[in-house]
Amino acid sequence: MASVPETMNQKTRHAWLVFVALGVGLALLPFLIDAGLGRSWVRILDLALLYVMLALGLNIVVGYAGLLDLGYIAFYAVGAYCYALLASPMFGLHLPFWALLPLGAAVAGLFGLMLGTPTLRLRGDYLAIVTLGFGEIIRIFLNNLNAPINITNGPQGVNQIDPVTIAGMSLGKTQVIFGVTFSSPHLYYYLFLILTLSVIFVSMRLQDSRIGRAWAAIREDEVAAEAMGINVRNIKLLAFAMGASFGGLAGGLFAGFQGFISPESFNLMESIMILCMIVLGGMGNIPGVVLGAVLLTVLPEALRYIGDLQRAWIGHVVVDPSDLRMLLFGFALILMMLFRPAGLLPSRQRKRELGAQGAIAEQEQVSVYDAKR
Amino acid sequence: MDIFVQQIINGLVLGSVYALVALGYTMVYGILELINFAHGEVTMIGAMVSLTVISALVGAGVDLPGVVIVLFGLLAAILVCMGVGFTIERLAYRPLRNAPRLAPLITAIGVSIVLQNIAMLIWGRQYISFPPILPQGRHQILGAMITDVQIAILVISVLLMLGLTLLVKKSRLGRAMRATAQSPQIAGLMGVNANTVISLTFILGSALAAVAGVMVSAYYGLAHYYMGFLLGLKAFSAAVLGGIGNLTGAVLGGLLLGVIESLGAGYIGDLTGGVLGSNYQDVFAFFILILVLLFRPSGLLGERVGERA
Repeated sequence: MASVPETMNQKTRHAWLVFVALGVGLALLPFLIDAGLGRSWVRILDLALLYVMLALGLNIVVGYAGLLDLGYIAFYAVGAYCYALLASPMFGLHLPFWALLPLGAAVAGLFGLMLGTPTLRLRGDYLAIVTLGFGEIIRIFLNNLNAPINITNGPQGVNQIDPVTIAGMSLGKTQVIFGVTFSSPHLYYYLFLILTLSVIFVSMRLQDSRIGRAWAAIREDEVAAEAMGINVRNIKLLAFAMGASFGGLAGGLFAGFQGFISPESFNLMESIMILCMIVLGGMGNIPGVVLGAVLLTVLPEALRYIGDLQRAWIGHVVVDPSDLRMLLFGFALILMMLFRPAGLLPSRQRKRELGAQGAIAEQEQVSVYDAKR
Repeated sequence: MDIFVQQIINGLVLGSVYALVALGYTMVYGILELINFAHGEVTMIGAMVSLTVISALVGAGVDLPGVVIVLFGLLAAILVCMGVGFTIERLAYRPLRNAPRLAPLITAIGVSIVLQNIAMLIWGRQYISFPPILPQGRHQILGAMITDVQIAILVISVLLMLGLTLLVKKSRLGRAMRATAQSPQIAGLMGVNANTVISLTFILGSALAAVAGVMVSAYYGLAHYYMGFLLGLKAFSAAVLGGIGNLTGAVLGGLLLGVIESLGAGYIGDLTGGVLGSNYQDVFAFFILILVLLFRPSGLLGERVGERA
């Protein structure tokens, strides 16, 4: 009898050990990378964390609720512009970071509702096109709202955005805390890490909640879900709004981190890249999405070395690696769908579904095509 | 008044190009219920290939009338695009025909990105200009101006649309296409080879896209590796506006969208007191798309389909 609680104890102790090791690892990561690869890679790490947040937000819409959203970057843009316009010399406003962050998320959430309301009745592929159009509309407006009244400063974008300031300490400058020197990318890393972990936590809790199960039900079969008493309209809107507010949150952080934003940062390819992240990693599965986001942020940077290799071997750059980036993404999308449709780290449920569906479909096809011959 | 007529003419010309591209979307959707996201890029490839051939012929100093040279370019574009369309279907869509709906849509996006970036690697990032070899005549109609190129675009699109209608309504292949659209399984039982029909549909749609691509580049005098994206999106909007899966609807939607767009771009400045300018032209297609889906999701000529459980 005594052995049962003991194993339980061991298990929790084991989990705690992993947890602590992971925590220490994540806390030391920027210093290791700084020492090993250089300061610019710490910035890339920061961006990777932003993309993890974005991908997790889109994962709610696409992975949980099964609504293909191709204009997701619009919410990122809304969050970023919200922050930028209220904390830059543009209008002379300098609101504090803690007010702007929830505001950006809330405004983006509102935009999510705005997009969600008219598109609720649409099926998957129509929805994809409409969301794509929505993303483009937002971008075109950001690009053109510099006349007759200058709101967004048009294609030039907004610059000199205030860096994030916490307790009077600007994250834009190098700070010395308890005798340890933290450069700006390091400081942002810790802020982003905390927020990313909270986003992961929220995502995990959502997945297992009543709402999360409702999303899964809608994703699997909307008609059946409605018959089970799920309010499909509200639950779908909730998915849109929640995903959007995650995007808005990341957008605000991006604006503070970069200090400069322009409409060009929010084009369709960015939306598709975030979609790539969750498709590659494994739709609906949090570790998969995180992996996908990190991989797709880091790989293009690593592709730069291909340029150096070309210079070393052939003497000049034949193919610009930045041109290759999107090409590889395109191929990755196709190949993943063909050979590993559930992603690198598939969610257990989806893997089972796709496996089963594939088997049934194959059978059907065989019988149909046999009959034809 | 003459500005109004002018905008209508411009709109009809633009609209007939949209209609040709929209036909490709609608044919594929009618049979496979798949949005061939890469269709706009096929149009772009058509424009690029034809321009390459035309520029090469002009550069080589071939002594032929401009129209003939353009026809050679057109022919090359059609052949290449047919090949591209066939390959796309074979490699990216056919293996996923029975997969969940999201899967082929995502490969379609992938194909579109791949085509765009291959085009960028081949033809570069800069705009390519159309050699000025076509007749530049202008004619007066009802106080508005219409150019030879515009007339040619209108006439060729009408002929192609009539030809396609005949093909679908009267020919053996057309009957097989309609049968496959209704039910691939039953069509198969009746001796129709569904795979061949689907391949041919893609090939046919791509050929139309190639023609549309050449028309656009001749009309604007420019081609660019990114031109397919917006064109494809607008053509898709046109197909949805007319009722996707419906050939007449695609033509109607294309023409309507073209006219709305050019009237909108012409008058939006006056209507809004100068607040919004013609740089919002590209927004119209999306607004129309959203409005149509909101109020009449089956499009103008589409049939209302019940939701399948």
